[in-house]
Amino acid sequence: MQWLDAVIQGVLLGGMYAQYALGMALMFGVMRIVNIAHGDVMILLSLIAVSLAGVLPFGNLGLIVVIVPIAVVIGWILQKFILNKVVGADPLPSLIATFGLSIALQNFMLELWSADTRSLPNSDIASASFQIGSIYVGLLPVIVLITALVLTGGLDAVLRFSRFGRGLRAAAADTEAAAMTGVDPKRIYAIATAIAVGILGLAAVFAALRATVSPSDGSAQLIYAFEAVIIGGMGSVWGAFLGAMVLGVAQAIGLRIDPGLGILFGHLVFLAVLATRPEGIMARKK
Amino acid sequence: MSDTPILSTHGLTGGYGDFQALFGIDMHIDAGEVVALIGANGAGKSTFLKSIFGLLPVDRDMVKFEGNPVGGTPAHMMVRRGIAMVPEGRRLFVGMTVEENLRIAIDNARLPEGEGPWTREHLFDLFPILREKRRQPIEDLSGGQQQMVAISRALLCQPKVLLCDEISLGLAPKVIREIYEILPEISAFGTAIVLVEQDVGLAREASNRLYCMLEGRITLTGVSQDISRDAIAAAYFGASHAVA
Repeated sequence: MQWLDAVIQGVLLGGMYAQYALGMALMFGVMRIVNIAHGDVMILLSLIAVSLAGVLPFGNLGLIVVIVPIAVVIGWILQKFILNKVVGADPLPSLIATFGLSIALQNFMLELWSADTRSLPNSDIASASFQIGSIYVGLLPVIVLITALVLTGGLDAVLRFSRFGRGLRAAAADTEAAAMTGVDPKRIYAIATAIAVGILGLAAVFAALRATVSPSDGSAQLIYAFEAVIIGGMGSVWGAFLGAMVLGVAQAIGLRIDPGLGILFGHLVFLAVLATRPEGIMARKK
Repeated sequence: MSDTPILSTHGLTGGYGDFQALFGIDMHIDAGEVVALIGANGAGKSTFLKSIFGLLPVDRDMVKFEGNPVGGTPAHMMVRRGIAMVPEGRRLFVGMTVEENLRIAIDNARLPEGEGPWTREHLFDLFPILREKRRQPIEDLSGGQQQMVAISRALLCQPKVLLCDEISLGLAPKVIREIYEILPEISAFGTAIVLVEQDVGLAREASNRLYCMLEGRITLTGVSQDISRDAIAAAYFGASHAVA
C-alpha cells in the first residue's frame, strides 16, 4: 500500500511538473527555442500572484484570471523583442539571451521581493483532501492534475487541428519554407510563446498555492521542465505530460526509499532514459 | 496582355552579406508567360529568385509586381500579393502529412480555396497519386511525389506568378515529363511562371522566352525557340556575351 500511495502521490506531483513542462514542450520541443529563463518567469509570476493576493479581492484561484493574461503579455513581449531577434537554426543565441534574462530576472526579483520564501495565503482548497481506502489524496493536487490533463489535450488539439498549430509546426520544421507558404514565422512564434508563458501563469498560481516560492527557485523548475520534455520526447505534447508523470513518480518512490533521495531519483530516471532511449518515450519516428 | 509586366526587376543587385552575387538584373514577365532562367551552377539563378521573393534583402524599386515596387517585402507578404515559389530541394514540412502540407498553403493563400483557380481536388486530378497518399507522412513519398506536393502547395497559394527553382533536379526522366506536362495548364490560368532550370533543352521546350545568366549577369535573352544552341552555349559558358 505504501508503494501504491507513492505512485499516486507521484502522479499528482507529475501534474504540477506537467504544467511546468507544457510551455517548455511548445518552446523547446516544437520551436527548438532554449529558454533558460523558463523557471524564473514562472517564479516571477508566482511572486506577482503572492503580492496581488494581498491587494485584490479575488480568492486564490480567482488570481488565475489576472495572472494568466499578465503571463500572456510577458510571453508575447519576450518573443517579440528578445527571442525573435535571435531565433534561427542555431540554438546558441537564444540560449545565451535567455541565460542573461534569467540572471537579470533573478536579481530583479531579489531586489523587489528579497530572498524570503513566500506562498499564497492558505485556503480551503489547498488544505482539503479526501480518502480512497487508506490513502489520502489532496484536492489541490487533483485539481492541478486535471488542469494539466485538460491543458495537454487542448494544446495537442490546437497543434494538430488549428491553422495556428499547422503554421507553428511548419515554421518549426523549416522557418524559410513556412514563410514561402505564407506563414509569418515571427508572428506565429510570438503567439506560441504567449501561450507557453500563459500556461506558466497557471502553473505559477498553483505552485504558490502548493508550496513556497523564492527568487532562486527558477532553476529547479527549469530542470524539471527540461527533464519532462526530454523523457517524453521532443515535439510531443503528450510526451511531456508522460515525462512529467515519470519524473513525479520517480521522485515520490525515491522519497519513500529515503527522504533525501526523492529529487536524485528523478534525475537518475532521466539519465536512464537518456542512456536507453535518448529520443524520448513518445518521440515520433523519423 | 497589358503593357505593364506582372513581375519585373530593374537593375537588381544583391547577394549574401558582403558577397555580391547579382549585378544589375533586368527581367520582366507577363501574365500567362513562361520564362526560363538558365545558367551553370553558381550563376546566381536561385539567388535571383530568392531576391525577388523577399528571402534576401534588395531595394524596394528593384522589384515591381503589377507595376508596384515590392522589393524587400517579406516572403509571407509576397504570397498574399500573389507570388509563390517551389523551392530547390522541395523544402516540405517533415513530420506532417501530404494533406497538412497542402493545408498550410490553403490557410495562408491569396484567395480562399474555392475562389482561386486551384483546389486540392483539381490537383489530385492532375497528380492522382497524391489523392492516394494524402494521409501519409511526407517523408514516406518518393522524390517525384514530393515534388508534386511542392508544386501543389505553391499552386494552392493561388499565385499570379509561380517561381520554380530546379524542379527537375534529381528526378527520373519519366517523372520530370509528368511534372513539366502540367506547366501549360498552369499558365493557361494566366499564371506567369519563372522557371529556373539547368537542363537547357527542357527549359527551351517549356518556355516562351529565356534568360541566360553567368556570374550574376544576364548574358542572353530572347524568344526560346529563336535562340540558337551556339548562342546559348556562348552565353552559358561565357565565351562571349550575346543578345538574340
